[in-house]
Amino acid sequence: MAEGVMEINDSSFDSEVLQADKPVLVDFWAPWCGPCKAIAPTVEALAGEYGDKIKFAKCNVDENPVTPGKFGIRAIPTLIFFKNGEVAHQITGMVAKTKLEEAIGKVI
Amino acid sequence: MAETDFDLVIIGGGPAGLTAGLYAARARMNVILYEKLSPGGQVLTTDWVENYPGFPKGISGADLSREMSEQARHFGLRIESDEVLSLDLSGPVRKIQLSESTVTARAIIIATGASPKRLGIPGEDRFFGKGISSCATCDGPFCKDRVVAAVGGGDTAVQESVFLSKFAKKIYLIHRRDQFRAEKILQERALSNEKIEVLWDTVVTGVSGLTHVEGIHTRNVKSGETKSLKIDTLFVWIGTVPNAGFAGDALKRDEYGFLLTDARMETSVPGVFAVGDVRNTPLRQIATAVGDAAIAAASAEHYIENL
Repeated sequence: MAEGVMEINDSSFDSEVLQADKPVLVDFWAPWCGPCKAIAPTVEALAGEYGDKIKFAKCNVDENPVTPGKFGIRAIPTLIFFKNGEVAHQITGMVAKTKLEEAIGKVI
Repeated sequence: MAETDFDLVIIGGGPAGLTAGLYAARARMNVILYEKLSPGGQVLTTDWVENYPGFPKGISGADLSREMSEQARHFGLRIESDEVLSLDLSGPVRKIQLSESTVTARAIIIATGASPKRLGIPGEDRFFGKGISSCATCDGPFCKDRVVAAVGGGDTAVQESVFLSKFAKKIYLIHRRDQFRAEKILQERALSNEKIEVLWDTVVTGVSGLTHVEGIHTRNVKSGETKSLKIDTLFVWIGTVPNAGFAGDALKRDEYGFLLTDARMETSVPGVFAVGDVRNTPLRQIATAVGDAAIAAASAEHYIENL
């Protein structure tokens, strides 16, 4: 069971996310974003609970401008669920853990 | 009296809830705090707080939130991540419906705060998170060298517009009146900022764009003149609405839905208290929220002792 949240970047995005063999949740964040820091523990907790069914990743938008640009991200935190290389669901802003669990339920 | 799970349940983990929890924990009450997102509340979306005493140079909203929750936890406050869906206040044992269980308590402090009000214009829901925002610290850095608009005339609108000027090349600050309500020191900073152009007596009537906001339509409420402005992001700071839907109509409210309390922070139902932004209060600040909370914790303790 793959637990924890994997750090991904512009160069590893294709192989780790688009070509992954299971759904992937990517948390787009930046160090200057308070709500991003606030939602991170929830994402980590979910990774512990659902890590065997879905891969959890995070992408620092400051260090990796290409990937957020590709998906038109102009607000963070943004969480995107990818399934079979495509965007399955997108959530912007802070949301409750229950909302994230609902979204996870839909993609797995 | 029947046993309850807790003496006191605090709903909401912003400055008000955390302060109530700090006082209740130090009073050795059997207390728990439920927060549905993350401790900090609206403060988390504030870039910089400089009117809360004790921090001469100011402090980031994220840091202040973290320090407040650490302090409350240090004195024994239990903070759980859960959402309160409804309250049953019909008997002396108060029932609190959570997402997957029900807990009981003798007293409740409601500290659920308020959320940014929406403009209520066409396209707003579709574009929220896609060029419409209420969080400059989340989305401001994406506005580097862009033209943006901000709506409002209170502290948040004026202060956050100044923050946005660090990134955006131009900010239209749109206000429906001919003067701001914000603190004078904030007004001075905005009015002397050459990147900020204030559009007085003006309202936003619509948003345009394909997948993201590309422009807005405005109307001058005095002259009736309409304009279209090309912008990339629209920030909306026109006040707040209370987060009290879970309370139903069990508690008396003011005309805007904020909970009515007396000077001891007690609502229309004995043993149920409301503090901070969710309350009918003349000023919504961190400093007023924590004051409300200290009073409510003492009131709740007194209420329980006299049951």
